[in-house]
Amino acid sequence: MTNKRTLLLMLAAPLVLLAVPAHAAVRVFACEPEWGALAQELGGDLVDISVATSALQDPHQIQAKPSLIARARNAELVVCTGAELEIGWLPILLQQSGNPKVQEGQPGNFAAANFVRKLDVPGQLDRAQGDVHAAGNPHIQTDPRNIALVANALGARLQQIDPAHAGQYAQRLADFSQRWQQAMGRWTAQAAPLKGVAVVSQHKAFVYLYDWLGLKEVAVLEPKPGVEPSASHLQAVLVALKGTPARMSLYSAYQDSKPSDWLSRNAGVAAVKIPFTVGGTDGAKDLFGLFDDTLARLLAAGVKK
Amino acid sequence: MRFHFPAGHNLAFFLAFPLALAAPLGALAAAPAPLNPTDVQSLRQEIDAMRADYEARLKSLEQRLIAAERAVPATPTATAIAPQPAPPLAAAPVPAVSPAPATAAANAFNPAMSLILSGLYTGTTVDPVNYRITGFQLPRAAEAGPGARGLSLAESELGLSANIDPWSRGVANFSLHADDSVSVEEAYVQTTALGNGLTAKAGRFLSGIGYLNAQHAHTWDFVDNPLAYQALLGTQYRDDGLQLRWLAPTNQYLELGLELGRGRNFPGSDTGKNGAGMASLALHTGGDVGDSHNWRAGLSVLRTDASGQELGFLDSSNTWVGNAFTGSTQVAILDGVWKWAPYGNATRTSFKLQGEYLRSTRSGSLSYDTVGANTTDAYQATQSGWYLQGVYQFLGNWRVGVRTEQLDGGSPDYGLNAAALAGTGFKPSKDTLMLDYNPSEFSRIRLQLAQDRAREGQVDNQVFLQYQMSLGAHGAHGY
Repeated sequence: MTNKRTLLLMLAAPLVLLAVPAHAAVRVFACEPEWGALAQELGGDLVDISVATSALQDPHQIQAKPSLIARARNAELVVCTGAELEIGWLPILLQQSGNPKVQEGQPGNFAAANFVRKLDVPGQLDRAQGDVHAAGNPHIQTDPRNIALVANALGARLQQIDPAHAGQYAQRLADFSQRWQQAMGRWTAQAAPLKGVAVVSQHKAFVYLYDWLGLKEVAVLEPKPGVEPSASHLQAVLVALKGTPARMSLYSAYQDSKPSDWLSRNAGVAAVKIPFTVGGTDGAKDLFGLFDDTLARLLAAGVKK
Repeated sequence: MRFHFPAGHNLAFFLAFPLALAAPLGALAAAPAPLNPTDVQSLRQEIDAMRADYEARLKSLEQRLIAAERAVPATPTATAIAPQPAPPLAAAPVPAVSPAPATAAANAFNPAMSLILSGLYTGTTVDPVNYRITGFQLPRAAEAGPGARGLSLAESELGLSANIDPWSRGVANFSLHADDSVSVEEAYVQTTALGNGLTAKAGRFLSGIGYLNAQHAHTWDFVDNPLAYQALLGTQYRDDGLQLRWLAPTNQYLELGLELGRGRNFPGSDTGKNGAGMASLALHTGGDVGDSHNWRAGLSVLRTDASGQELGFLDSSNTWVGNAFTGSTQVAILDGVWKWAPYGNATRTSFKLQGEYLRSTRSGSLSYDTVGANTTDAYQATQSGWYLQGVYQFLGNWRVGVRTEQLDGGSPDYGLNAAALAGTGFKPSKDTLMLDYNPSEFSRIRLQLAQDRAREGQVDNQVFLQYQMSLGAHGAHGY
């Protein structure tokens, strides 16, 4: 008997070391870095955030790997983009988590795209059109006005999840909103020269950015969303650009820059790497840095000196 | 009619707003006990939270209204307002009102449906009709070997799934076979709200033992399952029963799975007992190593009972010799998988290394040649097998894979039947090379070459050309 008990204790001992530390902070699981950064702004010390993906990963293509399952199991709030961006991995993560708090429809499940106006909603759903999202383009984080809307909703959700600290969340939200409004004023003024500038996108990932800044998308390098640019399609883009020239072509930090570089060599269209989310470039250290750096890069390439 | 939503939503919202505000006040007035300062404080916090929430939603509604007004004259199809159901409010006693969908059709609650279409060309140098794995006795209907030669339809798989209610979901997968028969691959209900990391399943399902066992055929990296699975688990072990999985509340992934089942399928057989004929235990752990690597490893044990299980083999003159086994089988599986992608971005390139070791111990009695000699004596066999495979993704859409594997038939103790059944100690083995092209996430075309040495004294060179396409609901795949 004693031997059996010793064995059990030996087996259980490492579990104690691994156990999630029992402190009061709300455990937040953020699907993408921008929502992790926003939750950090709004929650401060009251939240304990783990971010599932990095700026160098394609958020469409993530695997429900063991570390993510463990983190989803312990989360009290899951903050994701929604609009089917995470459809290939989040549903299975939630199913395997055994965590009822974060299932869809629960207060612990927050989908940012539900709180903004979505663009590119397809009139027709057919996979012949590539990897289309029925709910509209999910890359909402490239417009700071969307961040402001999501911040309001997320602030309210944090208050709902952790009512004991509601006052503090409300205060942090008010503080963030004030700083964000100031920053948006600054960005909008800075970005004025970009209005009407013609651009090429590698993936249809920047519609919200264009909507905000008034940039004009004249071509997309992916023939269909999620389909790799082919040589023949790139040639067709090259021909089309002769008629409607573009100043620059935009690609996200996680993407291979080859198609944009090719266009840069063959059509003299500057290839511009966009951080796309927090951590995508050295300058995009937080949400403010994300837009500072995005604008700096666009202005450097898009405005004639 | 698209812009019917926001108006309806606003109306519902404004109706709910005063109610939501009034309700806590009513509760306050009716409170029999005097309120202490902490009560007042927590009430105030609740009201603050509600106010902030409503302000947020008002703001977002205003924005959407403006957006909608802007969008109407321009391109009404380019933007749409998501019918945003109000999130449930913990503090509000009035149920949150959400707008009725404008197109509430009768099929709105239909389950998500997916269909896998697959076809195959098979070429072999040795006739697959006489396929066997030397030294391993299998049921006559076992799905071992490369299947039929020539062009054939592979398994078409129809899947349906949906939430049943707030506490459970249901999943069914039907397999439509090339010979026009249909089988129920999986049909189970699963809990979604047990909590504490617990998930229970009931029905027919693929057992969670090992790594490859729970994966559907269309997610395999090769056309066929490894020989060890074919010889020791009947290709893939599924059963009718119960499963309970528990995820430990740790940052390290640690999952324990327990199953009880009927035990109908090989290595078990129907025993006609009231109790369970199958029990299994699986322990898996895994994690990340830096940004680019992640892994999972596990240990599983499956135990099944068999009674009069019809087994057999083809003798040297290709005649079927039927035996019957009664007893118990225990299969232990050690599995591991290691995945690499630069910074975790598997869009263009990635590598996956995977291996499993299976060890089966059967003990009981065996009747030799049930239609002829029919001599019964004790039977004890320990047999094992392993495979190791690597799959490398390159140029985004291409993958190349190598698999090597071997079985060890051991030296079974056949008792009195030893003279008729004892083998030569031959170790079946196989080497496989695979190349596939994936035009999209939903389609795959694969070429596979294999040298199969499962039959003693014969080398079978095999070639497969396969397509696999996925239609309908976007399936999320496990690790």
